[in-house]
This record gives sequence, structure tokens and C-alpha cells, in this order.
Amino acid sequence: MKKVQLAIVGGGPAGLAAAIAAREAGLQDILIIERGEALGGILGQCIHAGFGLHTFGQELTGPEYAQRFIDRVEDMKIPYLLGTMVLDINENKVLTVTGRETGLIQIQAEAIVLAMGCRERPRGALNIPGTRPAGIYSAGTAQRLVNLEGYLPGRDVVILGSGDIGLIMARRMTLEGAKVHAVAEVMPYSGGLKRNIVQCLDDFNIPLLLSTTVVDIQGQGHIESVTLAKVDGRRKPIPGTEQVIPCDTLLLSVGLLPENELSLSAGVALDGVTGGPVVGDDLSTSLPGVFACGNVLHVHDLVDFVSEEAGRAGRSAAEYVLHRRSAGRTVALRGKNGVRYTVPQHIDADAMADTVTVRFRVGQPYRGAALCAWAGDKLLRRIPKRILTPGEMESFPIRKADIPADCDTITFTVEEAAQ
Amino acid sequence: MYDVLIVGGGAVGCAVARELSRYQLNMCLVERGEDVCVGTSKANSAIVHAGFDAAPGTLKARFNVEGSEMMEGLSRELDFDYRRNGALVLCFDEADMPRLRELHQRGKKNHVQGLEILWGDALRKKEPALSDKVYAALYAPTSAIVCPFGMTIAFYENARKNGCRFQFDTAVERIERTGDHFTVHTSRGDMAAKVVVSCAGVHGDTLHNQLCHKQYHTVPRRGEYCLLDKKDGKIVDRTIFQLPSAMGKGILVSPTVHGNLLLGPTATDQEDRDSVATSAAGLDTVLSTAGRSVPNLPVRDVITSFAGLRAHLAETDDFVIGESAENFFEALGIESPGLTSAPAIGRHLAKAVAEKLRAAEKADFDPTRRDIPHLREMTFEKRAALVAENPAYGNVICRCEGISEGEIVEAIHRGARSLDGVKRRCRAGMGRCQGGFCSPKVMALLCRELGVPMEALTKSGGGSYLVQGKTKEAQA
Repeated sequence: MKKVQLAIVGGGPAGLAAAIAAREAGLQDILIIERGEALGGILGQCIHAGFGLHTFGQELTGPEYAQRFIDRVEDMKIPYLLGTMVLDINENKVLTVTGRETGLIQIQAEAIVLAMGCRERPRGALNIPGTRPAGIYSAGTAQRLVNLEGYLPGRDVVILGSGDIGLIMARRMTLEGAKVHAVAEVMPYSGGLKRNIVQCLDDFNIPLLLSTTVVDIQGQGHIESVTLAKVDGRRKPIPGTEQVIPCDTLLLSVGLLPENELSLSAGVALDGVTGGPVVGDDLSTSLPGVFACGNVLHVHDLVDFVSEEAGRAGRSAAEYVLHRRSAGRTVALRGKNGVRYTVPQHIDADAMADTVTVRFRVGQPYRGAALCAWAGDKLLRRIPKRILTPGEMESFPIRKADIPADCDTITFTVEEAAQ
Repeated sequence: MYDVLIVGGGAVGCAVARELSRYQLNMCLVERGEDVCVGTSKANSAIVHAGFDAAPGTLKARFNVEGSEMMEGLSRELDFDYRRNGALVLCFDEADMPRLRELHQRGKKNHVQGLEILWGDALRKKEPALSDKVYAALYAPTSAIVCPFGMTIAFYENARKNGCRFQFDTAVERIERTGDHFTVHTSRGDMAAKVVVSCAGVHGDTLHNQLCHKQYHTVPRRGEYCLLDKKDGKIVDRTIFQLPSAMGKGILVSPTVHGNLLLGPTATDQEDRDSVATSAAGLDTVLSTAGRSVPNLPVRDVITSFAGLRAHLAETDDFVIGESAENFFEALGIESPGLTSAPAIGRHLAKAVAEKLRAAEKADFDPTRRDIPHLREMTFEKRAALVAENPAYGNVICRCEGISEGEIVEAIHRGARSLDGVKRRCRAGMGRCQGGFCSPKVMALLCRELGVPMEALTKSGGGSYLVQGKTKEAQA
């Protein structure tokens, strides 16, 4: 059986940054396994600008951002396989891998970084009633067809969901000559970044219909129209508010799901809220030697944060192989009062770096609120926030020196502004 | 002139074609869709019913029990997915026990083997996920699950191998008796045949009424379903029914042969014979009623919902099967247990037609057919050998179901022309992302293998085009 010190599952932004960091930490024997035909993952089809402001201080397109990491991987001569998919990972860290070049083989890894990314929630997950005609695509699938294959799914478009991919595709379809009639969002606020709402919708006069959803789809062979309706506070359609919009395309941007079928096959414990593995401050999962980063861990808003997080996972994986860190005191992290979850879910108060960035999302928009970290009823840190929104990921640095010796749980909360 | 023209490429039409292809006959099957198995046969509960539900003495009872007995052997001969998982019919109230007992007695009269009534611990030991409100249940160990596409496509491929012609995108508009034969007017011209076998599903009454004295009216009865992720396929092992009503067998919870969990169907009569739209109310009913049998179903894991039409007849609760007019044979009103009955109806009608035409059996009839290899079910060694032989089997295209380029290419070579055609043959796009990742890749393979441009590709034939043109050309 082929052996490798570190197997990285996925050659997207997370896998690339993890590989580079692991090599910088001194690990030689690394293998990136990528199912696509090129490194870079989903960035290859994200031809819009806006990537890299945090990492490089520059606004890059997706392919440009990815290329910087790909160039480093090439320079460092880190081996990778393309068109090769991991079918299974077992609890002994044996990967079953298939590809045109490799055939069907097994690889024994000492450490594994999970960097498989996420997938789009399909129509079925929303149980949207109506017919099942052609012309309904998830936004990312349409993005691939338009940007990589060069085909336009249709000319009269309605988009359900105001996630970032939906917003980006509203602009892209408009630039390609289609008419985007509306972006409907079931929530009373958008799930995407503010800058995308401005740059992709407002600048093109595309209406964003909040508290609105698709309640019916018409057309037998091809989609002919959708029915939109306003929803009430419990997201139930309000009778009498229906409007039929003729269209030949419905794009769905209704959420991303970390793709953890391989993690489950290995027996890695998952977090019910994030859908990703439960990890410590070193991004180690419940299975020793298996680390996770990027959108397979939790869905990020900006790729810059993916790269940063993946670097941490790569370094931790290298450390695991080269000189295992000794375990110390575990402190659980949890979200409450508006903080939906935390990543990591626990930290090692002895072995952790001087500062660990804890990331999470809030459950609803807030103005003039503050984020707080508590050890019991002791406030460790309070960070005022002008605006908090579910579409944006929050980063909360926790200093090792601030953690009390008797603390076993740190709780993160939103402190709402006084009325 | 054909000896036999079969109208309809669903489960029954294809079963007739397969059985008739045993004989020395010049025959053709016409189908209005772009492929076989595109109507009622593709959207149903995928159950091989044990046969306790149909009234004794009816054609439904007879063909149900016969079909159920044939199915396992056929699944081996023709290599389609089938599993005898057993079924439970739940009774929630002591007051309903007479109805459960009646079902038990009816099953015995229909010669269904192994029926017994289970209570309390014995019941929950079999299916721990059942609601604790269940009072008792009728256990039918011979009930099974089947892949309806797999079965229908297997009949089709085997019939084709044995000489039956298939013509798609051909809708029969009118059948006329012309002297000693029929002239069949279709959307693609006239065809002549000595014998017509109508297996036209919800459209069967239209053809019947053109040729027969006694008139029938089909009332399409819509059934809506929700399909859950494979991670939920083991919540129950058996097919879980509730006590049936006048509208049908009620809403079931069942694993599928591929390991998903299926919930449904509802039963709503409609006039429209084409619309298979789901409704908010219908899907709500599916989820809430299924939840009575199995509480806490993970409804967040629904990956798709769909509706199918049952060809219910207004005039009778039974099938109409046989030679309804001179040389006009038909299977009319094939609603549940139609899928189960299809092989037996096929055998019965084929025999009747062959006798009528005094057709002799072929010496070289080949009853076997192999399915596209299922790589995900193979041992490591067997799969590795196949990949070594043909690297296309190593290239995974549909990540959710683990379907390789080799399997998809094979599906195309066997007759898939659309995304749905590929999906029904090898499951690419049938998984939890519902084709989000693999659709563009499958489209590229369809273009390559069929030698057609992207603009010509459809989801399911007809006008279901997948793209409207190249990006730079599409601007009006």
C-alpha cells in the first residue's frame, strides 16, 4: 500500500493553503488529492473580483487568487493528483482513491487534512412545490455553465435566495445579456455580504424582495414562470400576495452545506449546527491525526479566512507528524444568545498559541451591539460591533493569558444595544 | 405492416414487449416520451406489494400475487435492483383492529404467504423507529422493493435485444380499423399493425373509447412524494403502511433499493393528464402523515420531491386487461398495484396475442440481460480490475452517488439521450446534491458521445432544453 505522511483531501483554497503551511512547517511527504481537473477548486469559476483584500491587500479574481497558491505549491514541488477522488477514509486513516491515472488504490496516511469544501442546498431541501422542468439550477451550477463552459441557461431569470453566489450570479447573468427580474429572499434580511448587495443588485437596479419566496413553479418541459409570495414572521406564505413572474430560468442560492460524507466514513464527530467536524484550536477533529479546514469545517464568507484557517490546519498536521504536542487542559467554547456556534468548539488552554481566533456567525442582524466572551460570569473580553449580520462571519481573538485557571467553558454572546 | 404495435413504453408496455419478443413477430413499441419509463412508471412507491390489499377475485389480486411471485426471478434474469424487505401495515387504534384483521383475511384469500399480526415488543423489535402510538400491525414478509426504472429499462433492453423495435417521441393520436388491420395515426405519421396492445397509462381510455363499445374515463390520481438522503435509508428496514382507505394504500415510509428513504404518496384526483406538479398542501400532508408512522423524521434531509399520476378508472376499481375489441388488446386502469403486476400482465397479454396470431416461439430468444456495472457495490479487487481495464471507470463524475464516466458512457450507449435518461440508468445526478456538481459534466459526456451541441441537450426530451445558447451569442 502506498504510504504518505500527510494526505490533503481537496485542492481548493483550503487544501492548497494547508499544503503550503505544512511544507513550511518542515513536512516533506505531502500529497494533495483533487477530484477536479485543475487545482483551485471552486475559485476557478469565480471570475469576479473581490478576493484577497485581507491576504494580499489587493482585489483579485478567484482564478488569480487561486493561482498565487498554486504557484507556491508548484514552486515547493508538492505532489498532487488531479481528476482523482477519495471514495472512503477509514478510522485507520487509509484512503481509498480512484482516478483515471491512479486506478483504484489505497493510501495509508499518517495525518489527513479534510478540505473537501461544501455543496449547494438543492431545491428538494426547500420542498418548493410545482413542476420539475428544465431551467432550474443552483447558482453555482449556473456559474460553472456560464463562466467555464460558456453557455447561458436562459434570458429571463428569477433568483431565489440572496446568498453570495446568488448575488454574484444576478450580476453575471445581467452582464451576459439576461434580464434578472428579481432576487427573492425568504428572510427579512439578505444572507449575503453587504458589498455584494450594493455591487451586484443595487448597481444594476435588480430588485431584492425580502420576506418573499417561490411558492410554485410552472412549466412542463421547460420552466415558464414562478409564483412569488410574501411570507409572514414564521416564513409562511401570505395568501393574496402571490405574483406570477414569467421566466426561463430559476437560480437557487439557498445555502451551502459542508460536504462531510468522507468525514463520517472515517468516524469523525460532526457539529449539528455547522455541519462540519468538531475541532480544537489546532483544527484537530475527534479522530487523532485528522484535521479540517475551509468550507468543509464551516461555511465561510471570505476565502481569505479560509486560507488563514487552512494554514493553521496544515501547520497542526505537520506538527502532529513531526512532534506531537502534549495534551493539556481542554476548555469548551460555545455560542449563546445570538451566537449560533463556534469554530473551534474547544481549545487546549495549555498547548494553544498565545492568541486563537474563534469564528462564528450570529443568528440575526444587530445594530450597535457587542460581542462578549465569558468564563462563567466573568467577562473576558467585549468587542463593540456597529453592525452584526448572519451573512458575515465574526472573528473573535481569545488570548491564552486571559483564560482563568479554573475555567472549563468560554461562552460567546451578543450583547444587544439598550432600547 | 407490423404484426403487433405496442402503445406505451412504461413498465407494462415494456413487459409486454419483452414477453412478446419470445415469439416470431414483427413488432414495434411506440412511446410519446423521449425514453421508456417517463410517465407513471417513473414516479411511484417502487413497492412490490405482497397482495393482501386487493379484493379477492379481482384482476388486481390475481396479477399482484403473480407479479410478486415472478419479480425475484426476473430481477436475477434481467439484473435489476430488488430486495424483499417485508412490510408492516400499522393500526393506531384498537377500534380499527377489525379492518386490520379483514386485511389479514383478505391476504389469506389471495394466497399471500406468511402474514401475521404483530403487537407491542415484537413489533418494535422489528422496527424500533415506529411511533409508540402504534397499536398493532399486519406483517407481510413477502412485500419487496424494486427499482422501477431499473425494471422497465431491463424489459426494454431485453425486448430490443430480441428484435422488438422502439420508436420514441411518437404520440398515438387515433387508432382506426382499416379492413383486417389497424391504421395508427401518430404525431410522426401513420403506422399499420394487425394487432394493437395499448398500455397507455392515463391516456389508455382515449384509445379504448375509439375502438370499444363500453366507454371508460381515466381520472388521473396524483400522488406526491418526498425522497430523503441516503443517510436516512436505515431509519426503517421494512415498508411501513398505514391502514388503507378508499383512495389507496395511504402514505408509506419505505427504504428504496438504493438506500434512500421514500415518503408518500398523497391521493388527489385531477383532470389534467400531464401535470405532475407537487403542491405545498400535498407535500405538507406527506411529511405530517409519514410522521404519524415514524416520528421525528429528519425532514431537513429531503433531497427531492415529485408527483406521479395513477391511471384510476371512474367506472371500476379493477384493472381492465385483455382483448377489448377484435385484435385490440389493452391494459387499462393500471394503478397500484400496477408496478408489481406489470410482469404478470406482460406475460398474460403476450400469451394472448401470440395465440391470436398463432405465432411460434423463437429458437434464439435470449432471456438474460446485464445491467450497467454498479461500481460502488463491487469489492475493491473487482472494481480495481475494471478500472485497470477501462480507466473511464476510475473517473468519478457524480460524486454523491459515486458514478463514474464509464457507467455514464455505458448508459448513453444503451439509449440515454437526456440528463434524466442518464439519471434513470445509472443514478448520476440522483444523489444529495441533485446534479448540482455533475450536470455540466454529464452534459459534456452526452455531447461527446452523441455528437450533438450543448444547445440540443434536454433534461427530459421535448422542449426541456438545458441551455439557451452560447454566452456571447445569446444576447438578443
